[in-house]
Amino acid sequence: MKKKNLVLIGNGMAGIRTIEGILNNDSDQYEITVFGTEPYPNYNRIQLSKVLQGDNSLKDITLNDWQWYEENNIRLYPGETVTKIDKNQQVLYTDKGKTKGYDKLIIATGSNPFVLPLPGVNKEGVIAFRNIDDTETIVKYSKQYKKAAVIGGGLLGLEAARGLLNLGMEVDVVHIHDYIMERQLDRTAGKLLQQELEKQGMNFHLNKVTTEIIGRKRVKGLQFNDGSQIKADLVVMAVGIKPNVDLARETGIPVNRGILVNDYMETEVANIYAVGECAEHRGMVYGLVAPLYQQGEILAKRICGIETIGYKGSVLSTQLKVSGVDVFSAGKINEEENSKVSMLHDDLQGVYQKVIFEHGKMTGAVLFGDTKDGNKFLKYIKSSVSVEEYLQSIETKTNESYSVADLPPDELICGCNGVTKGVIVEAIQSQGLTTVDQVKSCTNASRSCGGCKQLVSELLQGTLGDSYDQNQKEAICNCTILSRDEVVNQIREKGLTHIREVMNVLGWKTDGCSKCKPALNYYLGMIDPLHYQDEKEARYVNERMHANIQKDGTFSVVPRMYGGITTAEDLRKIADVADKYQVGTIKVTGGQRIDLLGVKKQDLPKIWAELDMPSGAAYAKGLRTVKTCVGDSYCRFGTQDSIGMGIRLEKKFEGLNTPHKVKMAVSACPRNCAESGIKDVGIVGVEGAWEMYVGGNGGTHLRKAELLFKFKSGEELIEMIGAFLQYYRESANYLERTSAWVERLGIDHIREVLSIESKVKELNARIEEALSVVQDPWKQAISDTNLLKDLYEAVKIPAETR
Amino acid sequence: MGNTLRSVLIGKIDEWPEKLGKSVNIGKIQLAVFKLESGEIRAIENRCPHKGGVLAEGIVTGEYVFCPMHDWKINVLDGKVQEPDIGCVKTFPVEVKENQVYVLLDR
Ligand code: SRM
Ligand SMILES: Cc1cc2nc3c(=O)[nH]c(=O)nc-3n(C[C@H](O)[C@H](O)[C@H](O)COP(=O)(O)OP(=O)(O)OC[C@H]3O[C@@H](n4cnc5c(N)ncnc54)[C@H](O)[C@@H]3O)c2cc1C
Ligand code: SF4
Ligand code: FES
Repeated sequence: MKKKNLVLIGNGMAGIRTIEGILNNDSDQYEITVFGTEPYPNYNRIQLSKVLQGDNSLKDITLNDWQWYEENNIRLYPGETVTKIDKNQQVLYTDKGKTKGYDKLIIATGSNPFVLPLPGVNKEGVIAFRNIDDTETIVKYSKQYKKAAVIGGGLLGLEAARGLLNLGMEVDVVHIHDYIMERQLDRTAGKLLQQELEKQGMNFHLNKVTTEIIGRKRVKGLQFNDGSQIKADLVVMAVGIKPNVDLARETGIPVNRGILVNDYMETEVANIYAVGECAEHRGMVYGLVAPLYQQGEILAKRICGIETIGYKGSVLSTQLKVSGVDVFSAGKINEEENSKVSMLHDDLQGVYQKVIFEHGKMTGAVLFGDTKDGNKFLKYIKSSVSVEEYLQSIETKTNESYSVADLPPDELICGCNGVTKGVIVEAIQSQGLTTVDQVKSCTNASRSCGGCKQLVSELLQGTLGDSYDQNQKEAICNCTILSRDEVVNQIREKGLTHIREVMNVLGWKTDGCSKCKPALNYYLGMIDPLHYQDEKEARYVNERMHANIQKDGTFSVVPRMYGGITTAEDLRKIADVADKYQVGTIKVTGGQRIDLLGVKKQDLPKIWAELDMPSGAAYAKGLRTVKTCVGDSYCRFGTQDSIGMGIRLEKKFEGLNTPHKVKMAVSACPRNCAESGIKDVGIVGVEGAWEMYVGGNGGTHLRKAELLFKFKSGEELIEMIGAFLQYYRESANYLERTSAWVERLGIDHIREVLSIESKVKELNARIEEALSVVQDPWKQAISDTNLLKDLYEAVKIPAETR
Repeated sequence: MGNTLRSVLIGKIDEWPEKLGKSVNIGKIQLAVFKLESGEIRAIENRCPHKGGVLAEGIVTGEYVFCPMHDWKINVLDGKVQEPDIGCVKTFPVEVKENQVYVLLDR
């Protein structure tokens, strides 16, 4: 039988979910063709805000890669827009001149951002936030400009604002209502959220109506109706979306706000269906994936001729994806006159919870600060739980902390994809799943907003018991399917000795990439420090050259100044070198030493030779600086010799390779002038003892260090630092700072391991081995003619004049 | 223009560092010249289309170089930037004769 032609317009989340459903139901009936305006395979639009926030890269958010289309015989036309449908002939036309007939047609064109019709809206620097191109544009602007304004204080606007903060911009959020997220939150929760976001650095302008976008060619600021103005170099418009229905309307398909569909997603025109944000069902147009996916599943069944009760509409729940903030709401958010409300508001713990009942049934919930009951409430609302049932459920809830194990099988785990606990557990058991990724591809749980990853992990833990290793991560990069632990174990077991060998023996799919090559180089050296021949080709430029590359291709030189102490003689040498080589800038760094910036590559070895000081390793995945405060020799509060301890530590651990950079500090009292609280290893001297803090970070994800141990003697302290560093070296993922590693393993676990005396001794023996082969890289370079030639020589050939 | 190319000697193949790039400036032309794992020599423009990063300092794997500035991946055979980024750099033909490496440039 000849296959029928099924055509999908819109290569987005709802459309492709429908196709997935069709393939699952019956893959043989149709010849499938997909047209998509965007030149990408189907990606997870929801995660764009994570891309903006810097947690994900574009590569991470692809849902169906090019191969998926090929494997399923789907003809995809990326970057091609359908411009006309002839519903009588059942033919459509594209902007690239293609004509395509169909037997069944699905319209899934999504929405367009709603752009306020303001004067000046076409100026350069005004953008929406909807797709990959927008995201890239915003990132690009953030590198050139400082001040951003987001118009719209809803979900999308706030996620964009958080992203802009992460990109280093100052952010003003302009909102027309008197509190933010008024469509998802009540006033109390909205205000709590605002306070939290203000702490993160957002600036709010509420009750403001924008009347004009000011600037000449480029945007310069916003004008409000109350006469006030703000400055802005970038304006992100996030005031809402409008269903993309132009094509349908021109075709003569009945449209209201969205394309009108019945319970089976059928439009009023034969053989044409609509699904997703462009569709209007019983007066509702949805803008979240959970309902759209439900629509997709119903439509897939319909198209395959499988019986279905049809789509009946959805109860919505929302969650804001901004790290450090937990808000959730579902159903009704504001009570009415005859509603009953159960409320809990604890300012001290920053928790707010409101549950609304109408006619004795639960109809809405708003949570702030603690959202783990969110899915439970969503279920209660969907099933119209009564006041009595609700009260019973909280009474039987013990004081013990909440656990997924106690949930009933029909409890929803993944709200976006509608996956219950029962489905996940069944899949784990019957299909032998062992990782979150496998659960994701098998059941779709955690495939969209990712909010339920932790729950899925706990279910794996609960179902598989000890055999489940929670910390297992995805493959180390796209070149392999192996995880970090698998690779490290294989290197050890098989005695692999160099990168090429690892890639060949372990079945790498490529010749490696900028992620796995440096990682393998590190693991190999960590495993066998005495014999491994470091591969400079696998090192990132800074570590290969032993200098930090600058944006113009010049380099910087940071010599060691142990513990931040220098001498007149060293300063003189630095000054002389700076003069002689016309160093662009001399700067005091944040790490208590001096940076010579703007050095030409071929001058590096000469400068190192003339300085005759050790490398400060300001470029290294290794020990950077040990900052110190003046300490007891001078300071009236000092309790210990912090300078002395700092110098000892720096001399002992300099040159060590670690998974990521390691920074230390020693302060001589809790006033902490050396900032020990945000270092990988931060020491605080107190009367008669040293406190050892670990896992601090002052960078992108600020983290306070946690107290590990307290020691009376300096020797014990140094031994423990050695053990700690070696444990980190052996168990962290490459490019995982101690902050992330401590967070992952838990300080209690680390303390437990390092409380075992024999373990501390073994770890120290191994770190001593690694330290025994350390050489100063600058000295090494200037005495090795091959290195000089390979790395530092510049080939210059005068222009030929004939 | 015509088809006249001039060939410029830039060094000896056996002295070129393996699996690494080197900056080669010929007058005003700035090249990144790589010796790939296969032993082949390839020359491209030494300027990343993203923000002008020095490609010669990138990590080289197979036929790709990763820009040291923001990790764009560029094919050194055809100069194409790899997904999800877009763009391309100029490539220059290279000839190796009796251990000597020549780049062919437009006149
Ligand atoms: C030179 C210095 C800035 C200064 O002028 O003071 C500096 C410069 C750079 N830092 Fe830094 N950081 C410097 C102190 C810091 C500090 C402060 C400190 O160490 O007390 C921090 C926060 C503390 C921390 O790391 O916990 C800091 C957090 C970062 C981060 C974020 C790390 C993180 O885990 O989030 C990066 C990016 C990275 O490593 O991936 C970074 C990366 C960089 C790089 C190397 C960018 C790069 O990867 O090429 C910068 C090189 C600039 C250049 O063109 O040469 N730099 N950097 C400081 C050198 C200190 C030194 O003497 O070695
Ligand atoms: C930053 C951001 C964060 C979000 N966060 C969440 C969240 O946390 N939770 C949640 O549930 N939802 C979230 N959403 C909403 C969610 O992404 C959308 O609801 C979902 O993507 C809609 O799916 P769709 O298939 O209807 O439309 P889309 O995914 O937009 O797909 C439509 C596609 O059709 C293409 N197209 C349009 N017209 C044509 C044509 N004529 N020819 C060919 N192709 C065409 C478009 O280019 C587009 O690629 C978020 C959205 C954004 C932008
Ligand atoms: S020196 Fe550090 S803080 Fe400054 S721009 Fe570079 S990475 Fe950012
Ligand atoms: S300059 Fe090359 S990736 Fe940015």
